[in-house]
Amino acid sequence: MSTLENNSLEPMADAPVLSPGKVMLSHAKSHRGLMLGGLVILTIMLVAIFAPLLAPHDPYAQVLSRKLVPPVWFDSSKATWDHILGTDHLGRDYLSRLIYGARISLLIGFSAMLISGVIGTVLGICAGYFGGRVDMVISFLITTRLSMPVVLVALAVISIVGSSLTVVIWVIGLLIWDRFAVVVRSATQQVRGLDFVASARALGSSTPRILFSEVMPNISNHVIVIATLEMAHAILLEAALSFLGLGVQPPTPSWGLMISDAKGLMFFDGWLIAVPGTALFLLVLAINLVGDGLRDVTAPEDRN
Amino acid sequence: MLAFLLKRLSMAVLVALTVSSLTFSLNFLSGDPAIALGGESATEADLQTIRETYGYDKPIPVQYINWLTRAVQGDLGQSHYLNQPVSEEIFQRLPTTMALGLCALVFALALSIPLGVLAAIRPNSLLDRFALTIAVVGQAMPSFWFGLTMMLWFAINWRILPVSGSDSWKHFVMPSIALGYYITPGVMRLTRAGMLEVLRSDYIRTARAKGVSKFSLLFKHALRNAIIPVVSLAAVQFGFMLGGSIVIETIFAINGLGFLAWESIQRADLPMMQAIVLVLSFFYIALTFFADVLNAWLDPRIRIG
Repeated sequence: MSTLENNSLEPMADAPVLSPGKVMLSHAKSHRGLMLGGLVILTIMLVAIFAPLLAPHDPYAQVLSRKLVPPVWFDSSKATWDHILGTDHLGRDYLSRLIYGARISLLIGFSAMLISGVIGTVLGICAGYFGGRVDMVISFLITTRLSMPVVLVALAVISIVGSSLTVVIWVIGLLIWDRFAVVVRSATQQVRGLDFVASARALGSSTPRILFSEVMPNISNHVIVIATLEMAHAILLEAALSFLGLGVQPPTPSWGLMISDAKGLMFFDGWLIAVPGTALFLLVLAINLVGDGLRDVTAPEDRN
Repeated sequence: MLAFLLKRLSMAVLVALTVSSLTFSLNFLSGDPAIALGGESATEADLQTIRETYGYDKPIPVQYINWLTRAVQGDLGQSHYLNQPVSEEIFQRLPTTMALGLCALVFALALSIPLGVLAAIRPNSLLDRFALTIAVVGQAMPSFWFGLTMMLWFAINWRILPVSGSDSWKHFVMPSIALGYYITPGVMRLTRAGMLEVLRSDYIRTARAKGVSKFSLLFKHALRNAIIPVVSLAAVQFGFMLGGSIVIETIFAINGLGFLAWESIQRADLPMMQAIVLVLSFFYIALTFFADVLNAWLDPRIRIG
């Protein structure tokens, strides 16, 4: 894969001395996976932001006389350019629902990732920096979290509390902080022993100051990598929850929900699950490519 | 070794206790559990009867201790819907989920370990790139979508495999692939990384100089050392798979624990849900415990450090 391209560093005998940031940027630019993934994400983000302008129809409008119109490339008398991707079982324009669905995926993915990122990073830094008892307690919390099945707990909690966008975001966010904590903990352990932390301590910096201005900047590359990967994880989780009927509630357009609605009809109209499924796959693939790429560029030692 | 064992065991017990109290606290997530059980139309007298029947009138710590004592004795409560002990139903369904999990694990290992080894022999070769592509694609594919797509092709279009159910081995082929495929990337990457490291080591060079055959060198000398971290990853992933099988079992209507969980959620059968969460968590805790012990036994550095 293109992820390994950076291993062959060209000898730069007469090249000017570049700052570390510029070197990283040039690595990033030559990283095909990173650029391709970034481009796809950017496109999907723009589509999500400008959904009202781009969507050809109202995603909620049901036209029962135009149910299950196939996409244009189908050789069918019903296929029409008015509904490029066809319509669903309630006669709603599939392309418009797909476009609005990008908003839900990105919103939930990003918010859940922020929640889990804050929890995981704080726990990881404390465990890694203070060590000893604090580390023991936090490692215990991580182990406990890992031993509870995510999908099952999320479903149980949502079924009791009742589903809404906020509930889904919080439940996912509160469940997937483990990888943040694990990675940040070990990254902090490595930074903790370095000279600049010792000198900051010798200068009399307070502990919060050391954590924020000495440790944080030096582990942020790990945090960003995990953040992208966890955002993909959260998007997949939301889709699975919505698919099982306990995530985003109808009629909100969500890709997982679209696949769930199409499940009963897929034997006759396979494209109904192929369209939202491909969108979901592409988005998650793009985010993972960016995550892997960022790791290759900023923290290659984490690769495995 | 004994010190390591005791330390690790006490950790496992502590985690199990915490998980059980978290699971127990699901009771109070919806407010008064008696109202949830009695419904909107229940009178105050009805609610009082429900509270007394289920013990909700006692202080919460007492309720927890009672619940835990019964759980340890194998009594995981009474299903609100089926009106029979939860444990009966669970142990009836557990073997199906275990079988599915094992099939998925075997599929995943059979695909990812050879691929990881082959990728490590020639880093950056076409095969290595192919393996990495599989890994990247695998991580991005929603398992339920993958399952449905397989169903569409293999069961509907080509009619090779049955659509859903759990009556014969044929019913387990697609679900095992859908469930197992998701863990192949991790196992493959770890195998590849482990092999790359081991293949650089001195003893491999010695073996090669001795004239050991290529196959024996890779699979007997190198893989044996590279596989150690894969063992614990596989154990962890097996636990995750059992927890995640709810999605796959629902799609393929496999009569296992995950499907039971989904049915219980539909029926708002809280004791059943709690029991399933508890059983799967305990299984994961036991699994990781044994994996750690196995690792410590294989690699003395772990039990000392």
